[in-house]
Amino acid sequence: MILRPRLEDLKIIGFYLGKIILGLALTMTIPIAAGLLFWELNPSLDFLIGMEISVLLGVLLVRLCRTDKDLNWMQGMIVVSLSWVAAMFLGAIPLHLSGHWNSFLDACFDSMSGFATTGLVLVQDLDHLSYTHNLWRHIIMFLGGQGIVVIALSFFVRGFSGAFKMYVGEAREEKILPNVVHTSRFIWLVSLVYLILGTLALGITGVVNGMRPLNSFFHGACIFMTAFDTGGFSPQSQSILYYHSAAYEIITIVIMVMGALNFKLHYHLWTGNRREIYRNIETSVLFLTVASSFSIVALGLSKTGSYSSVWSLFRKGFYQLISAHSGTGFQTIYPQQFTMDWNHLSLVGVILAMSLGGAICSTTGAIKMLRIGIIVKAFKQDLKRIIMPERALVIEKMHHIKEVFLDDKLVRGALIITLAYIILYVAGALVGMFYGNSFLNSLFESTSAAANVGLSCGITNAGMPAVLKTTYIIQMWIGRLEFMSVFTILGFLIAIVRGK
Amino acid sequence: MKKNQGICITLFFLLFFNCFIASANAAILSSRELIGNAVNYDGKTIVYSGEVIGDIMLRGEHAWVNISDGSNSIGVWMDARMAREIRFSGDYKNRGDKIEVIGVFHRACPEHGGDLDIHAKTIRRIEAGGPLKRDLQARKKNISIVLFGALILIWILTLFKRS
Repeated sequence: MILRPRLEDLKIIGFYLGKIILGLALTMTIPIAAGLLFWELNPSLDFLIGMEISVLLGVLLVRLCRTDKDLNWMQGMIVVSLSWVAAMFLGAIPLHLSGHWNSFLDACFDSMSGFATTGLVLVQDLDHLSYTHNLWRHIIMFLGGQGIVVIALSFFVRGFSGAFKMYVGEAREEKILPNVVHTSRFIWLVSLVYLILGTLALGITGVVNGMRPLNSFFHGACIFMTAFDTGGFSPQSQSILYYHSAAYEIITIVIMVMGALNFKLHYHLWTGNRREIYRNIETSVLFLTVASSFSIVALGLSKTGSYSSVWSLFRKGFYQLISAHSGTGFQTIYPQQFTMDWNHLSLVGVILAMSLGGAICSTTGAIKMLRIGIIVKAFKQDLKRIIMPERALVIEKMHHIKEVFLDDKLVRGALIITLAYIILYVAGALVGMFYGNSFLNSLFESTSAAANVGLSCGITNAGMPAVLKTTYIIQMWIGRLEFMSVFTILGFLIAIVRGK
Repeated sequence: MKKNQGICITLFFLLFFNCFIASANAAILSSRELIGNAVNYDGKTIVYSGEVIGDIMLRGEHAWVNISDGSNSIGVWMDARMAREIRFSGDYKNRGDKIEVIGVFHRACPEHGGDLDIHAKTIRRIEAGGPLKRDLQARKKNISIVLFGALILIWILTLFKRS
């Protein structure tokens, strides 16, 4: 029998949702301050309006739903999934007010793309967008990459047991430190230290490349935020091609790879345990999948003859590949070139890389390396069972921070999420095909949205049908939260309708 | 010998004027046309026009200038002296100079790591840029004041409830 949710459940969900919305409202003070600093008054007003609406909504929810009770698993999951929807709508308000998005739906698309660290865009005339709005586009990627709930846990929530439920709901299965609030703060510490170093590296490179110092460091900060959080927004419409710089590309590759690594691995590197990087199953799988998917891309590109030199082929092929694999979405080619200059084989290599993603407990989306490692190990274990005598006890283990024995529960979990991602990729591709796009292009764009990558072969544009935009928004949302919290909200809605 | 020299000079001038006239009369190509038909225009002299956007990045005796025709921006590699003639580049506060570029289009430039770019032979400013007027929008100001009032009202109601 399905139990209909009680008013008490709704109050608890509303209370914590209100708190997270208040946290989000507070983050809008950053673009307001930046707007005043750059003397961009209209953009500052856009964010003031956005912040006021957010505070109003947050205060109303907290006041009307005031409670002292803690969250249970279901409520925690629902708070997380609703927080992301609320963040999309509220984050879209200042974007829409700027006049650079054709409709509120388009602004919501870019807002979800930002929070979910995807990188697909529908913005118009990006090259004339204010510093204030551009900063917000990149900040929401930084916030979304860390996790909206992680922000609330870090700064606005005093330790309570429901915190872990929300933390897990945001697709973070692993705690780095025993306390989830300390874990969230460590994630922020790592990100902020790297932010300073990355901004300096990119800023100095920009100045050397001939950019104005202010612009160079602004771009440096923005590009770092979206590279480390594997988002893919950039301040200019040409993405990384704007800089015409191999040095810039190399630095962003390093940042993207760092973003694709597990925060737990960063913790071990920070505490001096450098051996972990070689021993960890995730880094081994990452290395192997990058090598194999790049081989496919390189083979494909060598057949097309689009690039006359090996260096050009490597520079273009490897950059798009790393951008795809890490789930970032930076491009050094135009979207149309994927379909005009790259052949099917090279596109398949990129789609494969996008579908795999980076490490668990990183800012990447997609299936992720640990699950691939587990599935491969499970295959190996089954093969051994066939080959070895029936009485033999076959034990498979892997190294992920510590030695882990492979059991059926672990394999089942990895396979379910992998299957769910494959269904999500194909479902989006079917919608794309319904609107007249080819299978490969539809699969490319769908995988890019669902795996939170952001590479585009040209389907994503302001003129695409509203249904397709909505499909990609849902894919980005589900892909970022890794299904569970979204499934919970669906179950909750069914319980409201059919419960007794 | 003299006859051969004469033929060579005549041929040279014919070729030069042919190229010059072809370039001068060539239709301005859009970025969509260039990117979409990159194979056809690869290595050919084309005419492209648009607004200068972002930074003018000087690299020794050359410079990178990104030019947008409204659909896409394409990087133009030009002589630094040409780049110094550009007064305004487009951003939030400025409309960039609109320039016309005659240059060689590359689908995947071997000199620049496979970038799709244009190597400029000549540039010409066809429309001067300048600062964009951004007046404070009264509608936005009024909305923000009304919302602020609503927030104050909620705060006062909360105080009443507490007391």
